[in-house]
Amino acid sequence: MDIHEYQAKELLANFGVAVPKGGIAYNPEQAVYRATEIGGTRFAVKAQIHSGARGKAGGIKLCNSEDEVRDAAADLIGMTLVTHQTGPEGKVVHRLYIEEAVPIEREMYIGFVLDRKSERIMLVAHPHGGMEIEEIAVSEPETIIRQTMEPAVGMQAFQAREIAFALDLPPSAVNRMVNLLMGCHRAFRELDATMVEINPLVLTTDGQLLALDAKMAFDDNALFRRPNVSELRDQNEEDPRESQAAEHGLNYVALDGEIGCIINGAGLAMATMDMIEHAGGTPANFLDVGGGASPERVAMAFKLVLQDQKVSAMLVNIFAGINRCDWIAEGVVQAVKEVGVNVPLVVRLAGTNVDEGRAIIDASGLDIITADSLADAAHKVVAASKNGKVA
Amino acid sequence: MAILINELTRIIVQGFTGDKASFHTQKMMEFGAKVVGGVTPGKGGTMHMGLPVFDTVKEAVDAVYPDASLVFVPAPFSADAIMEAADAGIKLACCITDGIPAQDMMMVKRYLRRYPKDKRTRLIGPNCAGLISPGKSMLGLMPGHIYLPGNVGLVTRSGTLGYEAASQMKDLGIGVSTSVGIGGDPINGSSFLDILAMFEEDPETDAVMMIGEIGGPQEAEAAMWVKENMSKPVVGYVAGLTAPPGRRMGHAGAIISAFGDTAAEKAEIMRSLGLTVAKSPAHLGEAVAEALANKPSKKKYVSI
Repeated sequence: MDIHEYQAKELLANFGVAVPKGGIAYNPEQAVYRATEIGGTRFAVKAQIHSGARGKAGGIKLCNSEDEVRDAAADLIGMTLVTHQTGPEGKVVHRLYIEEAVPIEREMYIGFVLDRKSERIMLVAHPHGGMEIEEIAVSEPETIIRQTMEPAVGMQAFQAREIAFALDLPPSAVNRMVNLLMGCHRAFRELDATMVEINPLVLTTDGQLLALDAKMAFDDNALFRRPNVSELRDQNEEDPRESQAAEHGLNYVALDGEIGCIINGAGLAMATMDMIEHAGGTPANFLDVGGGASPERVAMAFKLVLQDQKVSAMLVNIFAGINRCDWIAEGVVQAVKEVGVNVPLVVRLAGTNVDEGRAIIDASGLDIITADSLADAAHKVVAASKNGKVA
Repeated sequence: MAILINELTRIIVQGFTGDKASFHTQKMMEFGAKVVGGVTPGKGGTMHMGLPVFDTVKEAVDAVYPDASLVFVPAPFSADAIMEAADAGIKLACCITDGIPAQDMMMVKRYLRRYPKDKRTRLIGPNCAGLISPGKSMLGLMPGHIYLPGNVGLVTRSGTLGYEAASQMKDLGIGVSTSVGIGGDPINGSSFLDILAMFEEDPETDAVMMIGEIGGPQEAEAAMWVKENMSKPVVGYVAGLTAPPGRRMGHAGAIISAFGDTAAEKAEIMRSLGLTVAKSPAHLGEAVAEALANKPSKKKYVSI
């Protein structure tokens, strides 16, 4: 789960990370009010969407007066920001963060991630901030500084000092850096984060170390024990179909293609999508119905997939292990009758009770195209999509 | 011989008396697995499905000498259950549970390393379908009938894609020595490399199919190891060619977030290191058949 910049800053501030003064606003009046509260004459008005690279997309405006703050806020609220992380459709700005603009001496990068190779929390740092670490990792990988944390004892101060000296911070800032890094690490551990990124981390002209931007992501599997994190979820930032799917225990990811997919198992789902592409089509979605799929859940899956107007044919691919094909077939028949499928439907069943399952499909009298194998299913659904035959 | 489990493996089930655990234990026993008891804290001293229930894994170890444990405990308690098995000296633990917090797994992996190698628990999973040595035993929840006993080792992240591979092989008359699901989580007990190394040592395995997916470095690491160390042919496939970056595809670990995470990159690494890569997920069986046909002849093992 992702959260907004202002939420990440609030959380990190509780762990002793220094952040610039700021406040949230939903309209220009509130923005001006926040600016007055903060005081001073230089402000940053920052669009709050779940994406990096907001500055490049025009989502961050520097202002020199409260009037400018009002104008900037009026421009940004309701604006659709397109970044490389939002996809071409972009994201609409609903919230703004108004922040004091600080005098910057130096910008740096720090990020904590769960490193899959070492299976530990890793701190990644770079002496230059503002750039994307992924780009640096490709262009000048040798300049990246790394530290991994021993899980049993967590980050130690010497590790933070090593980073501070490696970043060539002035001695007066080293202790602040140690506190900041240790605070981020504690937040990572205690909130079950999967990522804490401060980019840029700035050294101000008066010697402060401030998190100018902050990004946090959390482990969905741990939200059950982090109620204060799960309440930060912003439904506006999520695809409504994906939220709806999650409520029904389905895994759904919207894609750009025309073949709607209902599959059991994440790996088989990805492989089926590969096979659709191999057969000349493109998948409209990823959808894993999971094990023990009830007829209701199958019906829900059909509804979700068919909400996508681009879908011109559907493929159901089930390899029943614990599931039974006859149950799945009943679910499919019931779903087709209930939901009304107005595009061609190809069903491939395999595994436990496959003959009974196929018999149910055949006996239903519905215009369902059956397939014997993965390859057969993919070719049939792509052909059906092109012919536009209706089930 | 197979790897990890065979007809002699004595199995306990942690979270034994739960509905799902009972259902799958029944299936395992029907398949021929030697289940000798289970653990449910608070129900020690009772019988369940004709088998003794224990309060702790240590008690089970003292009473019924298990070699392996199937961990069927809800996600919030899974890490604890795995560590309990490790502390009791269980040699092999397989955790089916999906949804374990990643940092719990980070602690589990660290905990397992407390023990010297010869006493260390081998963990399979979590978030996996388990493992099966067809004709011998099963520690998991796969449908036993889709596997033909044979000489090909199968290691996959995904359960159902493993079924797909096994059934494509069965259609061509190719059998499986052992099939291992290593699970879809970002931090897992055993990697592809760990399992490949066991297949290399197993005289009953002549070739291996490994099926990965997007996300993480394990497929590439395994492929490098294969080039340096493996004498048996390895056929690969990586699912998720159409997966967009930054989106989680069902499995917690199936997300393209770093260089080398995409299916295309992993497949290319495999190819460049000499592995055969199946040209589509519909060609898994065929690719194995070709690898077996082209295999250089080797010394035959004679059993007496």
